[in-house]
Amino acid sequence: MRFDYHTRYRDSFALLKQPSDWLIYGLLLAALATVPMLASAYVLGELAYVFILCIASMGLMVLTGYTGQVSLGHAAFVAIGAYAHAWLMRQGVPMLVSMPLAALISAAAGLLVGIPAIRVSGLYLAMVTLAFAIVVEQLIGLWRPVTGGFIGLAVPRAEAFGLALHTPRAFYYFCLVVLVLVLLALLNLLRSGVGRAFTGVRDSEAAAYGLGIQVKRVKIGAFVLSAGVTGLAGALLAHHIGYLTPDGFTLLLSLELVLMVVIGGLGSMRGAILGAVLISMLPTAISRLKLVLPDAVSRQFGLEIFVFGLVLALFVLFEPRGLNGRWLKARALIESFPLYRRDTFKRQKAYMKSERYK
Amino acid sequence: MSADLAFFAQITVNGIAVGAIYALVALGIVLIYKATEVLNFAHGDLLVLSAFTAWALITLAGLPFWMALVITAALVAALAYGLDAVIIRRIAGQPQFSGVMLTIALAFMLRGLVSMGFGAESQSYRTPWSGRSTEIMGLAFANLELVIMGVVMSVTLGLYLFFRNTRLGVAMQASSQNQLAAYLNGVRVKRVNSLVWALGGATAAIAGVFLAPITLVDTSLWLVTLKALAAIVLGGFGSIPGAILGGLLIGLIEQYAGVYLPHGFKDIAAYLVLILVLILRPRGILGEAHGRRV
Repeated sequence: MRFDYHTRYRDSFALLKQPSDWLIYGLLLAALATVPMLASAYVLGELAYVFILCIASMGLMVLTGYTGQVSLGHAAFVAIGAYAHAWLMRQGVPMLVSMPLAALISAAAGLLVGIPAIRVSGLYLAMVTLAFAIVVEQLIGLWRPVTGGFIGLAVPRAEAFGLALHTPRAFYYFCLVVLVLVLLALLNLLRSGVGRAFTGVRDSEAAAYGLGIQVKRVKIGAFVLSAGVTGLAGALLAHHIGYLTPDGFTLLLSLELVLMVVIGGLGSMRGAILGAVLISMLPTAISRLKLVLPDAVSRQFGLEIFVFGLVLALFVLFEPRGLNGRWLKARALIESFPLYRRDTFKRQKAYMKSERYK
Repeated sequence: MSADLAFFAQITVNGIAVGAIYALVALGIVLIYKATEVLNFAHGDLLVLSAFTAWALITLAGLPFWMALVITAALVAALAYGLDAVIIRRIAGQPQFSGVMLTIALAFMLRGLVSMGFGAESQSYRTPWSGRSTEIMGLAFANLELVIMGVVMSVTLGLYLFFRNTRLGVAMQASSQNQLAAYLNGVRVKRVNSLVWALGGATAAIAGVFLAPITLVDTSLWLVTLKALAAIVLGGFGSIPGAILGGLLIGLIEQYAGVYLPHGFKDIAAYLVLILVLILRPRGILGEAHGRRV
């Protein structure tokens, strides 16, 4: 049994609230740092990919989970980041300069879309971003001089300060470092006034406005920040793929990103990471599963997408707080063991505002 | 008549025929949206399912086209009724985003099931009008396109009469305007909502059975959902006449963009229209302007 007992003002928004958190996250980091000693190059590559998806998912989480603005088109920003990075590197810009620049270009694209798009909200914003992603995908295919069109664009090898980063082990560490840095930056931002403003806009625009928050500016800011972080993930992804074609950034990637934040649990960075891990592991798990299943089922082409849909549907119906909600429940159960009450997490009826006439 | 003008008339008819299909899909989505406030992203996959079912009935079972159409429409309508009664209804009252996610999930599952059940290859089937054309004023028009226009017009007219003149139609209108008032007047709101889903499913089935012979029977047909969304936004969100008008316009815009604009515009024209309309005139052509209450 543990009590939430604060003795200092800063305790209530500390990043690591309890001494045991230091231990847990320290162990996790140590484990991730030792993995390259044990794992094969293939596993390291896959893990680096998971880290990249975690960054992209965190980018979307800022927008959808914390600010409440749905985007069904974040693959566009991944693509913009990836292509900008590859193009800059081909012009001879060093990698560590090119990556922040790619993130800035993606953020600028976010600003360009965000200013007009943020005028609409809810379903409309979802549709605008969806359409934007499709348009970007097509434009990449058509803008041959810069993007190589449908033929594709080779990404130069990753290198910084004369160190080769393209070996699986080096790239793994590089992605891990970027992930931790982005995570810390976002967590710190989200517990500052800016982050509070994001949450305020999500929970009630009118109340936030009443408290003097510039709702429009906050929304656009969240959009730009989200686009930038997602673009950074795109830059890393460019190195992971090695060869960019428009097929890598389809609608399916946008939807997968949304799946990650929803399944992970909206409104928590832990959720973004858990969701990204689950979604990126799912195809591997399914292909493992196929070995066990009878031949007639395992040869089927649509099994993967069916399982994606099934997982999403189950989460929406039975666990809207996602994996993060599960985690919190499990922890509450352990921490308050004999006294745990199920109703602590009872789902409250939240009635949406009908758009019908009254 | 000059050759240019004849060509223009030709692509206009093509545009209207494809636009009529978009209009029918958009109509189904709007019906469902008005009744349950769920934007049905799975609509295109109902359409894919219908196209594959019709292909199986016509090519594998050897049924005549009309019979296949009726059976497919009935099956898909029953499925849509079940979807609402068993799954969609559970999230009533939750934020709109849940509805979007749930229908996307259903769309994935349907798409997976279709490729598992019918195989992943594209198929095609013939209609009684395929490959024939009629000459009107010296211009040759494909019979299939004329039939599609006729079918969409009669479906629209039938729905119009149904909503105006039958008890069930009026009940549907009532419950989509104000569920509580309808309930207090004895409308079985839940059942009526499921019936609206069934109606939407039937329109998706008709659209699918007629769209597939123009293109191919393939899972990529679900992309029609996105075109229909553009149509709905262009016409005015939540307006049934707007959905039909928007569908026809999107069909025409696509055809004209394919011919008169540089290569590549045909594929993105509908989405550019969607973005521009939402930014410049979010209520569309026929939509009512009403502010949200806080």
